[in-house]
Amino acid sequence: MKIVITATKPQTDGLVDPRFGRAQYFILMEAETQQWEALENPAIAQSGGAGVAAAQFIIDKHVDAVVSGDFGPNASRALGGADIKMFLFSPEVDTVQSAVDLFKQDKLQQFK
Amino acid sequence: MKQLVILSGKGGTGKTSICAAFAHLASIEGSQGGIVLADADVDAANLRLVLSPVEAETTEFWGGSLAEIDPDVCIGCGECVPVCRYYAVLDDPQRLNKKWIDPVACDGCAACVYACPTSAIRMVVQQEGFWFRSDTAYGTLFHAELFPGRENSGKLVTLVKQNARLWAEEHQVPLVIIDGPPGIVCPVISACAGADLGLIIAEPSLAGIHDLKRIQATMQHFRVPQVIAINKADIYPDGVQQIREFADKNNIQVLGEVPFDPLIPHSMLLGLPVTEKFPDSDSSRAIRHLWQTVATLIEPL
Amino acid sequence: MKPIQIAVASGKGGTGKTTIATSLALSLAEKYHVAYLDCDVEAPNGHLFLHPEFNTSTEAVIRIPRIDKNRCTLCGKCVEVCQFHALAKVGKTIMVFPQLCHGCGSCTWNCPEHAIEEIPNPIGVLESGKARQDFHYAHGTLTISEPMATPIIRQLKRLEIPPQTAISILDAPPGASCSVVETLRGSDFALLVTEPTPFGLHDLGQMQGIVEEMRIPAGVIINRENGDYLPLLEYCTKHHLPVMLRVPFERRIAEGVARGQTLVEIYPEYRQCFLDLFDSIAVLANQ
Ligand code: SF4
Ligand code: SF4
Ligand code: SF4
Ligand code: SF4
Repeated sequence: MKIVITATKPQTDGLVDPRFGRAQYFILMEAETQQWEALENPAIAQSGGAGVAAAQFIIDKHVDAVVSGDFGPNASRALGGADIKMFLFSPEVDTVQSAVDLFKQDKLQQFK
Repeated sequence: MKQLVILSGKGGTGKTSICAAFAHLASIEGSQGGIVLADADVDAANLRLVLSPVEAETTEFWGGSLAEIDPDVCIGCGECVPVCRYYAVLDDPQRLNKKWIDPVACDGCAACVYACPTSAIRMVVQQEGFWFRSDTAYGTLFHAELFPGRENSGKLVTLVKQNARLWAEEHQVPLVIIDGPPGIVCPVISACAGADLGLIIAEPSLAGIHDLKRIQATMQHFRVPQVIAINKADIYPDGVQQIREFADKNNIQVLGEVPFDPLIPHSMLLGLPVTEKFPDSDSSRAIRHLWQTVATLIEPL
Repeated sequence: MKPIQIAVASGKGGTGKTTIATSLALSLAEKYHVAYLDCDVEAPNGHLFLHPEFNTSTEAVIRIPRIDKNRCTLCGKCVEVCQFHALAKVGKTIMVFPQLCHGCGSCTWNCPEHAIEEIPNPIGVLESGKARQDFHYAHGTLTISEPMATPIIRQLKRLEIPPQTAISILDAPPGASCSVVETLRGSDFALLVTEPTPFGLHDLGQMQGIVEEMRIPAGVIINRENGDYLPLLEYCTKHHLPVMLRVPFERRIAEGVARGQTLVEIYPEYRQCFLDLFDSIAVLANQ
């Protein structure tokens, strides 16, 4: 299962970025093997429609789930349309790694 | 960390003066851990004028792109003219048989770029202003300056707010106060996004009441919890009555009334919040009461 | 003859721009054919003072794409050309995000399969008619939650006005960004209403930046004046902005305006001031 976590640093020990469309980085991880790579968010500099642009970027990577602080209406419509599950990080989550751990334990709240 | 956004719909209702007074009050009473301020009115950024900030960090703001024609490549064929729905492609005033794009009219859609057979047109990203982190006597202020006439897409507002929020989180400041812009479009929507409480500063005039209804409906649409305070309350008692009835009907609490007081603009002339310069004036008393009520609403949220 | 177009703008909100614009219209309507356009589509207020009766109402629209699924090959060209991310390729569909769409038409022209047609997406209402004092009046009201104001202003300005119109008066939105620029486009003169405070002065500076870039002659009206505010007067001198009218800070005016009265209804003697003001505008606009 491929998941994406929004991150403030290109590392798994960095904090989760609460923003989706204007997140600094996306950590793309294979949940089973924990192999990951950090991707710069190409939408960060968009003047409008950052949510959709970021969603398009994620959709094209064929991921199964995204973890972030919040999802705007446009981004969630696009991600939902591509059957990508959205999860909100909870107060226990601080680093990307902790988000992954909770995700694997099925402890994250799903965004609807 | 909580976010309080102050809005008004109509301009000139005293929103910024009240916001500055709140900043002052928060620094002397209540809100342990202080506050972070964000001026989201980026094309009329006035909060800094009452808070005498010292700039600590300045960042360029790059917004959208506009089209530009390279006159050396353009052959004047005119293919770019009909595709522009903004009437931005004109005859070059300086060169014969060349086209020119009026940057004031260009919307940045790039339709002309794709229409041009000689690839004479390119999109050029524009610097549209700056944003700042500054220190004030009452807390850290995030503010911005949009260059005159630029598109206020909400991106700059979002930037200012996000940086204020991240700063507050990093420094464990419990409250961000956002001074919102007038109107109801992009920048306002960006200013209210994610706010825990929206305080509407209403003015009891026919125009003020009309605009109150529009900002209220906008906040309702974006599901921002709202409360109302009435400024310049004694100027039109019937208007106060109408605001109260409107609030009742929509189940919105009216937290207080601030009287019409020339000391408010006067203190602004002196570059200080009214509650600091004239702490015993009727308006300062009313604002202090209002702040205490707001603070009790914010904390348990 | 093309009517002279005067935009009343302020930068800062609440400086009394609408009070000035409506009073100017009322005064000039006695002598000239006037048309009044309330371009503050986010919060139109002119009608509260001029009590127009509307006889036409049209929808303001943005033309958004609709994709013909039978023709679309999902090539993704439309997504690539759209600068505003109003389109996304999601699975086996092209998704349209109406609130992000500027209606530019670029996707339509660039679709190799001609699979895109444009459908109107209403964003507000345009109304026109007559003010009670028998001059042309039009305004636009943006629908709540719509994010963009400029398209509706653009459409409002393209509505027909009576052919005999000699003066059109445009009440601009507050602020100093794109919607003000849209209002000012094509104007012969900009009346900048300001308040003698640091806020008013700062925002006047923003407006001055716009009129200078757009090369529109401009003058200043100081509203709610309470003694000389020197920095403002110095600013005006330095930037060659003539101060064309000064209205004092008076509780009686504030109370009257709150009740929906214009300045010339509160103090009829201002009528002559506005007529004189127009004579000066006519001179300055032609220089
Ligand atoms: S980018 Fe769009 S608005 Fe600008 S000139 Fe080209 S077609 Fe016109
Ligand atoms: S389409 Fe290209 S070559 Fe033709 S007039 Fe426009 S810019 Fe010049
Ligand atoms: S450009 Fe036309 S064919 Fe290609 S994806 Fe878009 S609508 Fe479909
Ligand atoms: S009309 Fe323009 S803004 Fe709208 S979807 Fe098409 S390309 Fe994008």
